[in-house]
Amino acid sequence: MRSPKRTFQQRKALTGMLFLAPWAFGFIFFFLVPLVNSAVYSFNDLKASDNGYTLTFEGWKNYTQALYVDATFVRKLTTVVGEMVVNVPLIIIFSLFIAVLLNQKFLGRSLARAIFFLPVILASGVMLSINNAGYMQQIMDANLASNNPAGASVNGFLQSIELKNMMMDIGVNESIVNYLTGAVDRIYEIISQSGVQIIIFLAGLQSISPQLYEASRMEGATGYEAFWKITFPMVSPLILTNLVYTIIDSFLNNAVTQQIDTTAFKTLDFGLSSAMAWIYFAIVAVILAISTFVVSRKVFYHD
Amino acid sequence: MTQQTEAAPGAKHAPADSKKTASDLYRFKQSAINVNKWSKRLSSLVRAVLLIGMSFVILYPILLKVSTSFKTLEDLTNPTVMWIPERFSLENYKLAIDVMGYFSAIRNSFTLSAVTTILQTLSCAMAGYAFAKLPFRGINILFAGVILTILVPPQTILVPSYVNFKSFDLFGLFHLIFGDGINMLDTYWPFVLMAITGNALKSGLFIYIFRQFFRGISKEIEEAAFVDGAGVFKSFVSIMLPNAIPAMVTVMLFAFVWQWNDTFFSSNFLPSMNTLTNATLGFPYKVNVMLGATNQVDPFYASMLVDTGLLLSILPLIVMYLFVQRYFVESIDRTGLVG
Repeated sequence: MRSPKRTFQQRKALTGMLFLAPWAFGFIFFFLVPLVNSAVYSFNDLKASDNGYTLTFEGWKNYTQALYVDATFVRKLTTVVGEMVVNVPLIIIFSLFIAVLLNQKFLGRSLARAIFFLPVILASGVMLSINNAGYMQQIMDANLASNNPAGASVNGFLQSIELKNMMMDIGVNESIVNYLTGAVDRIYEIISQSGVQIIIFLAGLQSISPQLYEASRMEGATGYEAFWKITFPMVSPLILTNLVYTIIDSFLNNAVTQQIDTTAFKTLDFGLSSAMAWIYFAIVAVILAISTFVVSRKVFYHD
Repeated sequence: MTQQTEAAPGAKHAPADSKKTASDLYRFKQSAINVNKWSKRLSSLVRAVLLIGMSFVILYPILLKVSTSFKTLEDLTNPTVMWIPERFSLENYKLAIDVMGYFSAIRNSFTLSAVTTILQTLSCAMAGYAFAKLPFRGINILFAGVILTILVPPQTILVPSYVNFKSFDLFGLFHLIFGDGINMLDTYWPFVLMAITGNALKSGLFIYIFRQFFRGISKEIEEAAFVDGAGVFKSFVSIMLPNAIPAMVTVMLFAFVWQWNDTFFSSNFLPSMNTLTNATLGFPYKVNVMLGATNQVDPFYASMLVDTGLLLSILPLIVMYLFVQRYFVESIDRTGLVG
C-alpha cells in the first residue's frame, strides 16, 4: 500500500520539475545570467565592437562616477525617492478609500468601477512617458515669446495655474500656495497610479464575510467603528501587498530609469549604466525591506 | 446595508398595527428612521460628488485630447471655442495616421501582444501550478527566484539582455555552427523566448497569481481525477485549466495591456520596428521635423498633432476595454489574488 503512494508522490515531483523546467531555463538564461553579467559590467569598462565586446576591469570607478561625478544622477535619485515617500502613503490611503466606496451598492456602480480601472490600462503606457518627457515644455520654452501663454492650459494637464494665480492675487504666502497647488496637481498622478491597488483592495473587501458586519451591527457598532475594527484589520495583509506593489511600480518608470536607459543606449557607457542600475536596485531593495518590515509587524492575519 | 433596506418597507406597514398599542414607541422609531434616512441620503450625496469629481479627473485628459483632435488650427486659437470645435475636421487624424504609419504599427503591436500574451499565460499557468501543487525538494528556493524577478527592476538586467539578444547563443552552440551568435534584435524572438519560458514582462507577478489561485482549489477535485486514473498532466489540462479560467482571463488582460503599453523592452529590443509604442514615442520628433521643413513650428499645432497621435495609440485599448471591462472587474474577485 505504501510503495505505490510513494511512487505517485515521486511522479508528482517529477511532473513538477518538468512543469518548471521551461521557467527554470528562462530564469537562468534571461534573468540570472544577465543579472550576474550586469554586476560584472558595472565593475568594468565595456567597449562594444563589431564582433562582441571587450571588458577592462576598473574596480569601483563606475560607482564613484555615478555617485560623485555625474551631475544629475544623485539629484534625480533623491527626487524619485522623495516623491515615492510622499506618494506611496497617499496612493494606499486613497485606493483603500475608493475601494470602500466602490464596494457599496449604488446607482451606476459598474460605470464608476469601469472609469476607475481605466488608468490601469492607460497610465503605464506611452501617455505617461510622453507627458513625462515634457514635450510641450520644450517647445514652449523655445517659442514662448511669440505666443499667447493662455493657450497653454488648452494643452496642459490638469494644472492649477488659475488656482495658483488666484491665490497669489489674494496674497497668500507663496510657499503655502506652492504646497497646495502641488497637492492638487498630484491628484491626477495619484489617481492614475492606484488602479491596480483599488482592484486588489476591492477583491479583499469582497472576501470579508458579511457575518462579521452583521454581528457588529447587532452589538451596536457604527459604520465608523466597523471600518476600523473589521474592515481595516481584515484588509491589512493587502495593505502590505499593495505597499510592495506600489513601491515597485513607482520605481518602474521615472527620471532615474530614463537616465539609466540613455546612459546605456545614447552615450553607450554600458558600465556606468549597469553601476547606476545596481545602485538603484540596492536603494529599492533597502526601501522595500524597511517598509515591509515596519508594516508587516502591524498586519493582522485572520487565520 | 440589507437589514436597513428591509426595515424600511416594514416601517410603512407599521402605522396600522401600532397606532392603538404603542404610539410613543412608534414615533420614536419613526424619527430614528428619519435620521437614518437623512444621514444615508447625505452620505450618498457625498459619495456621488466624490466619485463624479474623481471620474472627471480621470477622464479629463482623454476628453481634452478627443476635443482637441477634431479641431482645426483656427478653432484652437479661437477663444470662444472650448470643447466643441466650430469646424469639425479629420485633418489631424489623417496626418497622424500618415506620419505614424498607424496601420502597420497596430498590426505589429497586436501580433506582438497577442503572441506573448498566449505564451506567457500558458507558461505562467504551468509554473504556478507546479509551485502550488507539485512540490519537490528545493522548490522554495525556486519560488524565491520568482520573487526576485518581481523585485529586480528590469533596468538592472537591460544591458546584458541587450548584448545577449544581439548575438544570441546557447552554450556557445551557435558559435560552433554559424561562427557567430544570432542577432535577434528587431525580431519577435526575444519576446517569444522570454514569454515561452515565463520570464517576460511582469511574469513573476503572473506566476504568483496562478500559484495563489491553484492553492485555493481544493485537493478533492484533483484527487478525484487521480482516482479515476488521470495522470498529473491530464488532470492539469482537463481539470485545473478549465477551473482556472478566471485567473487566466485576469492574467491575459494584464499581460496584453502591459505588453501593448510597454515602451521599455520594445524600444530597446525592437529599435527599428514600427510598433505602436515606438511610433508614438518618435511621433513628436517626426511632427517637429515635418512642420519645421515647411515653416516655423507652431507649438500648439504640433501639440495638437501629438495629442491626436496619442489618442490613436490608446484607441485600440479603449475599444478593447469597452468589451472586456466586465471581466476585468469581475474576474479579479475570483482569482485569489487576495490570498
